[in-house]
Amino acid sequence: MSELFYDAAPNATRVAPGRPKPRQYPAKPREVILFGTCVVDLFFPEAGLDAIRLLEREGIRVHFPEGQSCCGQPAWTSGYAAEAREVARVQLAILESGMPVVVPSGSCAGMFRQHYRELFAEEPDTLKRVESLAERTFELTEFLLNVCRVEWQDLGEPIRVALHTSCSARREMNTHLHARELLGKLARVERVDHDHESECCGFGGTFSVRMPEVSGAMVKDKTGSLMASGADEMVTADGGCLMNINGSLDKQQQAFRGRHLASFLWERLSGEGKA
Amino acid sequence: MSQRIPVTELTGGFRDRAEVALADGQLRTNFRTAMDSLMKKRADAFPDEEEREGLRELGNRIKARALSRLPDLLEQLEAKLTDNGVQVHWAETTEQANEIVHGIIQARQGTQVVKGKSMVSEEMEMNDYLAERGVECLESDMGEYIVQLDGEKPSHIIMPAIHKNRYQVARLFHDKLGVDETDDVNELIQIGRRTLRRKFMEADVGVSGVNFAIAETGTLLLVENEGNGRMSTTAPPVHVAVTGIEKVVENLRDVVPLLSLLTRSALGQPITTYVNLISGPRKADELDGPEEVHLVLLDNGRSGAFADAQMRQTLNCIRCGACMNHCPVYTRVGGHTYGEVYPGPIGKIVTPHMVGLHQVPDHPSASSLCGACGEVCPVKIPIPELLQRLRQENVKSPAEGPKVKDGGAKYSRKERLIWRFWRTLNSTPALYRLFLWGATRFRKLTPKHVGPWTQNHTAPVPAKRSLHDLAREHLARNGGQ
Repeated sequence: MSELFYDAAPNATRVAPGRPKPRQYPAKPREVILFGTCVVDLFFPEAGLDAIRLLEREGIRVHFPEGQSCCGQPAWTSGYAAEAREVARVQLAILESGMPVVVPSGSCAGMFRQHYRELFAEEPDTLKRVESLAERTFELTEFLLNVCRVEWQDLGEPIRVALHTSCSARREMNTHLHARELLGKLARVERVDHDHESECCGFGGTFSVRMPEVSGAMVKDKTGSLMASGADEMVTADGGCLMNINGSLDKQQQAFRGRHLASFLWERLSGEGKA
Repeated sequence: MSQRIPVTELTGGFRDRAEVALADGQLRTNFRTAMDSLMKKRADAFPDEEEREGLRELGNRIKARALSRLPDLLEQLEAKLTDNGVQVHWAETTEQANEIVHGIIQARQGTQVVKGKSMVSEEMEMNDYLAERGVECLESDMGEYIVQLDGEKPSHIIMPAIHKNRYQVARLFHDKLGVDETDDVNELIQIGRRTLRRKFMEADVGVSGVNFAIAETGTLLLVENEGNGRMSTTAPPVHVAVTGIEKVVENLRDVVPLLSLLTRSALGQPITTYVNLISGPRKADELDGPEEVHLVLLDNGRSGAFADAQMRQTLNCIRCGACMNHCPVYTRVGGHTYGEVYPGPIGKIVTPHMVGLHQVPDHPSASSLCGACGEVCPVKIPIPELLQRLRQENVKSPAEGPKVKDGGAKYSRKERLIWRFWRTLNSTPALYRLFLWGATRFRKLTPKHVGPWTQNHTAPVPAKRSLHDLAREHLARNGGQ
């Protein structure tokens, strides 16, 4: 096979980027910034607070800059790049301190790490700041696993959970691997697979309202396979998917629910859910 | 079931057709079953992740290199093919391409054409064009034959009849060919083959597509699994190949990895049953093969894509269909919902250059941007990135000058205003906090129905207190900031 791998590139224009090198993780820092994300801010604030608690538990001082709002993803994926860019510019300034930025949502972290480059492609000076942010941005599970290198004692009752990872988190951030490994550290948590696990839940931001028929069919299938998995509940590290899946389950009048992974983890470690 | 309107006959937009397709349980089952099987086949064909990724990178580089020299390579291809005795024709539009093909048939006073599978001929709507001029054009690929028999269009670029199961094919053969109804797949194939066998011998002209056109040697490469491609290109006295200008590659060495990527990505095959390398008509001392070979090179909007450095990547496509096999949207709505020749993720990014965005205004939005397509593309076309680009072109105002054919199809002052408001809200911290305060404080006033969202969900109710509030309080207590 090796003779096939000759250098095929002379004269090539716009060659796809090669495989990313495995990320090098820094030593555990003393301070981090939490970027809460707009969905968590308004709909799942407890998950954001639990993320802060999980970080503090590792002896890290957490900062929550007041000016933060949204990473810009909704406008970006809807084709409104200029509007997304202005919102992104504000976040960029707020997150400039040089501290690691931890995000309890894979797709928003992916926005910082991958798509800000595209947003600011024509602003070389801004790009340098974008690169710095990309380098400092960690999705929560990734950070707990690879930077904090957590070792945990599970204080909860035995439970079976299904894990859903958002597609961008999975493909841009490897969140499914990180979250699986974290769950594996909890002695009394059994993670069960569900049918078509890697398939999209149908959220896709504005896709869910632009194409409600197709999106609805997708979330119906996703909730169906989650419920059929034998899990007691679903956990996910992405607010958008959580809103989509729980909103659909509620509409279907099902008792099964999903929960943000941060809240689930905090409950297992603090023993607070036992009441 | 018989009362339902076939998706192919529905007018209206993507959403209207999707709604009908989604309600068709049989269609849903047919696609899910078939796509699941194809995904598994592809996965099994690439057991070594590192080898797969290396090969994809190589495939991407080969295509990028070929495209960087596209005009030169096309000229070289023409010169070499001419040396080999192949007649080369250029067509800017599908109309021109049809005229050329018809002209070749007329020169032989031909009335019967037998066709191997060709998506470019679908693009040209060649069957209809020729039928209107008294030329019968019979599809010889089994899947194409089935959809032609039923008056349909292909629903997948590799497996045209994948929307039908064997019982549906059995009923079709029974109704149209008058044979006994049988659900034995082998028997069904034999029925089709018996009909086709005679046609191969009677046809005046054979038409085929091309998978790779090799510039250095003037060779047309065609892959297939049924032998119908070889029959169509060798049995009739004239062979006409039709292809898009993006199919040209530099040399045979480049073909090896591309071929491996194509067959493994498409059907999980190490190689197809037939690989035809066509280098010219029958020579004086040869006993068989066509007397004439023609190649029609079609542009049909491809040069428009070529002119745009980002959209040029759409021309990398080697038409394997893996993106549709892995697409959660395609799997649910099927190929006919797209209403165009090329369905699925690749269709959404190549079609605008051919027909203009105004004809397919909803296509760029018909994706959750999950990225499954880009992940499996054998030549690493960043499909989600290109969909995103099309979304941007789609909402541009006429004054902003959309850069893709008939862009601005979804331009709406109202929607633009909403996003401007969203921008102001999210880039003015004081305003954002006021919004949080209002949304949490008046959470009980959240309407029960919020547009299309509540078709599938209950309305989301804001929390009692925002994370901004909770974090401020918590961190003040713990001495944070």
